[in-house]
Amino acid sequence: MSASHVNVYEKIWIALAAVMIACFLGALSVAAGLHAVHPPSHVETIDPVLVRTDSPYATPEVIYHPDGLTEVIARVEMFRFLPAVIRVPVGRPVRFRMTSPDVIHGFQVVGTNANVMVIPGYVSDFTTTFPNAGEYLILCNEYCGLSHHQMQAKLIVEPTSEGELP
Amino acid sequence: MSTAQDRQENKLAIANFAVAIAAFGIGALMAMMQALSRADFDIPLRSPKVYYVSVTAHGVLMGLVFTTFFIMGLGLVIVRSVLKEDIAPRLGWASFWIALFGTLMTTVAILSGTSTVLYTFYPPLQAHPTFYIGATLLVVGSWLWCVIMLDAARRWRRDQPGTPLPLPLHGMIATVIVWLLATSGLAIESLGMLIPWSLGWVDTIDPVLARTYMWWFGHPLTYFWLLPAYVIWYTILPRVAGGRLFSESLTRMVFMLFVLFSTPVGLHHQFTDPGIPASWKLAHTFSTYVILFPSLVTAFTVIASLEVAGRMRGARGLFDWLLKLPWRDPFFASVALAMLTFAVGGFGGAINAAYAMNTMVHNTAWIMGHFHLTVGTAVALTFMGATYWLLPRLTGRELMFRRLALSQPYLWFVGMVLFGMTNHLTGVLGMPRRVYSAAYEGAPQAQAWQSWTHLSAIGGIILFASSLAFLIVVIATFTLGRRGERQPIRYALPLAAPMTERGLWDRFLIFSIIAVALIAIGYYPPISHLLELERFGSLPFKPF
Ligand code: HEM
Ligand SMILES: [Cu+2]
Ligand SMILES: [Cu+2]
Repeated sequence: MSASHVNVYEKIWIALAAVMIACFLGALSVAAGLHAVHPPSHVETIDPVLVRTDSPYATPEVIYHPDGLTEVIARVEMFRFLPAVIRVPVGRPVRFRMTSPDVIHGFQVVGTNANVMVIPGYVSDFTTTFPNAGEYLILCNEYCGLSHHQMQAKLIVEPTSEGELP
Repeated sequence: MSTAQDRQENKLAIANFAVAIAAFGIGALMAMMQALSRADFDIPLRSPKVYYVSVTAHGVLMGLVFTTFFIMGLGLVIVRSVLKEDIAPRLGWASFWIALFGTLMTTVAILSGTSTVLYTFYPPLQAHPTFYIGATLLVVGSWLWCVIMLDAARRWRRDQPGTPLPLPLHGMIATVIVWLLATSGLAIESLGMLIPWSLGWVDTIDPVLARTYMWWFGHPLTYFWLLPAYVIWYTILPRVAGGRLFSESLTRMVFMLFVLFSTPVGLHHQFTDPGIPASWKLAHTFSTYVILFPSLVTAFTVIASLEVAGRMRGARGLFDWLLKLPWRDPFFASVALAMLTFAVGGFGGAINAAYAMNTMVHNTAWIMGHFHLTVGTAVALTFMGATYWLLPRLTGRELMFRRLALSQPYLWFVGMVLFGMTNHLTGVLGMPRRVYSAAYEGAPQAQAWQSWTHLSAIGGIILFASSLAFLIVVIATFTLGRRGERQPIRYALPLAAPMTERGLWDRFLIFSIIAVALIAIGYYPPISHLLELERFGSLPFKPF
């Protein structure tokens, strides 16, 4: 670049833009490197043809492990979530394992940061906690056919007293 | 040189613009119905079937047809204006007819109700084969146009050895290269996966692999839309405003940076996809922020050019140059409002790319609000304004209904403020995109966003009114406009003396090679990782 054309203001602006982007990248690196903030990126495949008959997802359920972990085994399909009502304890880790026997769906718990794609042939797996008790709306946020907008379920985050499981 | 022969030669560009504007008009009509449906207004013919067919058509007609044909027309106009000759008119018409044929094929497939897969056509939703074949032909037509554009650059270099391409051509060549890099991903997906699968030659398809190719195409697609708008902002706007281009060298750099970084960023659309390791998503997020840089530089250069214009018109104070600008010129008003909207939209885009924010807004109405500010306004409103500028220059007819033409961009802006803001807001509240109705059986969460959708519907109606105004002005000018003196097509001069020697940022070949290498680095690992997994394909589904 011929320097004569780039005047002082321009240089300042370029420097500012570069610093701004460096800050974004820095924040991103700190989040990913130090705090291990990663998007749900589980790598596990499954045969979608067998999901309904011969897989853990044939019997969707919520498992309350003695160590306090709640495990949700969910099947997300046209046009419902199974189980249709999911009860989990407040403030404890909840692990979701989900897959789809048909097309792509989205699993979104409105008002929380639970929001992942559910893709046939793959298992979506992530762990989160829900800090506030209440009744939450689960909905599908990826177009999956003509009843896409009717695909919904309920997540009930229940208050627990110390040491007691729901 | 307003001869009959000259008009003849503009015909090809005009034909491209005509298809673009027709697609826009149909898309706009559908859009208003969609905005009303999402607010749960019971309009005639409303049904889920009609809604999703409409969203598929709107996405394809606006996102792929309107933009591509407009950009092809603009490219041809620029080539003619800088080379002073028509190149390969036969090839040009072949490109036009193939692209149009493909467009019609896809449109028929959509309207027949057999291909309600939306414009992202994620498998295992399966459309009729003609949907994919038509879309592929549209792209093939655009490739022939790319040949013409590259040939124009070759001729310039042959005839003026050592000199850089004129700036508008420089920008269009960058656009062409970005498009070729982008569509190579689409070609792999459509020829290698979708078409054989939809014809039944293979039974199953891997949805994650298909999505990966799709977004290899999908993100640079947004720069294919944006760069021609930048060409207009850099090379036409300053002239109309009565000023100069602030910096030619920076402008050349900006376009070249897009060639370099536009493609290996697509995984940021797949943040929450299973099957793709987080490390590669992180890498693409890095490059996503890098590609912000040329847009920030653009903001500076374009605003500085406008300040120059204001001062050349006699402004003295700190900000009065803003008032001196020709706000009553339909072209200027359109482009200026488009840029203002882009500033907001671009900021939202930087937020989208952050992980934490992305999980909040992924696939919500926020995304919809975001791309209506960017492609739906920054690009589309610029193209509408450019139409007001081009039409008299191409047809020799004076613009009809100037007042209406002037009110149109302001109307669009107001409509888009309503539509865009409400969609960002409902998105943060959790309302999903692509839904026929967002009532969710009266769930309290849904009630929180329901009232805002009404405001969004009002925005949709205003936008539709603005679209109608645009169509009326264009059709009236084209058929009834008074024939007058045809003004020449001229571009803004730079503030400093124009560059006469090729510099670093004029080396398209080298930068293209580096760009290909960056794509290989960005995509080879995640794709080969996918290919090594024990994968189970998906059978087709047609739930529509
Ligand atoms: C006339 C003004 C416009 C209005 C009122 C409007 C409204 C809408 C609405 C309501 C949706 C449906 C969303 C959903 O269910 O998620 C939509 C989708 C879309 N619009 Fe627009 N739009 C307008 C103009 C444009 C323009 C000018 C473009 C691009 C050049 C555009 C590109 C798109 C795309 C790509 C989609 C995505 C479809 C999908 O998610 O599959 N729109 N628009
Ligand atoms: Cu769905
Ligand atoms: Cu993107």
